[in-house]
Amino acid sequence: MIRINAKNVDFYYGSFHALKGISMEVEANTSVAFIGPSGCGKSTFLRLINRMNDLIPGTRMEGQILVDERDIYSKAEKVDQLRKSVGMVFQKANPFPKSIFENVAYGLRVNGITDQSYIEETVIKTLKQVVLWDEVKDKLKELAFALFGGQQQRLCIARALAISPSILLMDEPTSALDPISTGKIEDLIHELKKEYTIVIVTHNMQQAARVSDRTGYFYLGELIEYDDTRKIFTNLDKESTQNYITGRFG
Amino acid sequence: MRKFIEKLVEGGLLLSGSVTSLTILLIIFFLFKEATGLFNSPSVEEGYVLAVNQENPVRHLSPEKIMDIFDSEITNWNEVGGIDEEILLVRLSDLTNYFSEEELGDEFQFIPEKISELVGREPGIIAFFPHQYLADNFDGAIISGDKITLWDFFEGTKWYPTSTPSPIFGLIPLLLGTLLVSVGAIALSLPFGLAVAIYMAEIANMRVRNLLKPVIELLAGIPSVVYGFFGLVVIVPLIQKVLNLPVGETAFAGSVVLAIMALPTIITVAEDSMRTTPRAMKEASLALGATQWQTIYKVVIPYSISGITSAAVLGIGRAIGETMAVLMVTGNAAVIPTSFFEPVRTIPATIAAELGEAPAGGAHYQALFLLGAVLFLITLLLSIYVEFMSSKRKM
Repeated sequence: MIRINAKNVDFYYGSFHALKGISMEVEANTSVAFIGPSGCGKSTFLRLINRMNDLIPGTRMEGQILVDERDIYSKAEKVDQLRKSVGMVFQKANPFPKSIFENVAYGLRVNGITDQSYIEETVIKTLKQVVLWDEVKDKLKELAFALFGGQQQRLCIARALAISPSILLMDEPTSALDPISTGKIEDLIHELKKEYTIVIVTHNMQQAARVSDRTGYFYLGELIEYDDTRKIFTNLDKESTQNYITGRFG
Repeated sequence: MRKFIEKLVEGGLLLSGSVTSLTILLIIFFLFKEATGLFNSPSVEEGYVLAVNQENPVRHLSPEKIMDIFDSEITNWNEVGGIDEEILLVRLSDLTNYFSEEELGDEFQFIPEKISELVGREPGIIAFFPHQYLADNFDGAIISGDKITLWDFFEGTKWYPTSTPSPIFGLIPLLLGTLLVSVGAIALSLPFGLAVAIYMAEIANMRVRNLLKPVIELLAGIPSVVYGFFGLVVIVPLIQKVLNLPVGETAFAGSVVLAIMALPTIITVAEDSMRTTPRAMKEASLALGATQWQTIYKVVIPYSISGITSAAVLGIGRAIGETMAVLMVTGNAAVIPTSFFEPVRTIPATIAAELGEAPAGGAHYQALFLLGAVLFLITLLLSIYVEFMSSKRKM
């Protein structure tokens, strides 16, 4: 089943042509990594999938992106409804200045869920899902800032999972973390892709190789290659991709 | 050479800094020095004597009682713990009702003994005359005027600074007037101010914001007396007409004018603090499917709550200290207000209105300084609170 289907997407920041004719399909319950040098448009494309770029004034998109066969940029699409099914984890952990519990419960509350026992159940379930429960179960009332970086990022993943999205977008989720925390989050991604479709932007080649089923290589706003991760990292068809992956530039 | 100039500039900066701080400290010292003088003043006007008949057991009267007697509110001594006798008021000018001009002497040299005689003769008398006319062997008893105490001032419910023979300096009506007007002002301006701040920080696009911001800052630059005019000409008649009141100069009018004056402060400070909400916070909220409004009241407002508090407190600070506009529109009746729609008098308005007529160094003058000191303490507490809140915000 095709979960995300981008058709000939162009994107402009003012007059800057940031994405050029991107087309790709992402199967349900797989994980896809976007790689490429800085400024190549991979994060921009990621942020198109939950319409986060709408927040930036002076931007324009052409083409179509379908999520579960719905055109998410059509007039009928409600953007807050879309974002409920497309969760996002950011580069830097950004918990709210609230308690650990309230951070995870936030998405439920803004979706109008008031049943306290359901909220508690869901919070506990998602904290267990991201393997954070044992570390925080005694301090759910404490501020989320009391956690260290890797824990904060896992909390942000739990926060995104609490409203049961079908897609999880991750924008360089481990770039600010140490190797041990990174390892934990990569393990988590392996678990999560059984239930969710994961799109991850990363600067780390090994990470892309470790966590993704398919990899897309972006360069100067174009999708140069998009194929099975194993294929990309073993048979390097295109020179540009080869140079990047082998570390000759980027 | 360059080193020398740098040293010179450094010295100059240090000097101007210390001179400024010293000046401020001196002003505060001066304020409190003048103000505390009030507590050494007698409650009966200085240089005057209040005397009663020897037989009269009353030797002590509070300033309020003295005022009631001289206003003929109290007409019998038994109301103030004395004998059952009509009170006979005698001021110096009343002496001609009792004695002929010959008896008083061509140069009024017999006044002391005649006063003594009159006080000795009339059992219900209370006489008020300058100290220089007090005879050596005075046949009567002097009413002792207490010194004015801290308690009298802070607990006093009446403000009659020019009442003779005994002025009354009670803080309560003025303090309540000030608080009523300020609280009213903040209650009116905070919702509006926050609404505009939210609009400007979160909703308005760049063009609207760039248009609005200078206009609002311009509002802060209008002299307060102009606001006073506006209040007097527009708001006061409007309030009188719409609410069908006997007078439009009310606490409410003061609150409305102050609310307009406090708006720029509140809007600017609140908007700035809302703008400090990290984009990552807002994006996190939106990415979870929160609407823009949910993001504003669940993320932006809680995140900037300390800045919003500062905005409110600074607004109150402006409202409490404001003089001219309030003086012009509140009606200036120094009584304890019972409703929002009657004239009140605030502390700054009292100082501005009365300082010109208070004799320098007198009790009234000192009382006005004490009012200034009270105002200073209130605003000091507010600024300490703001400091505290903003230091908490940095953490």
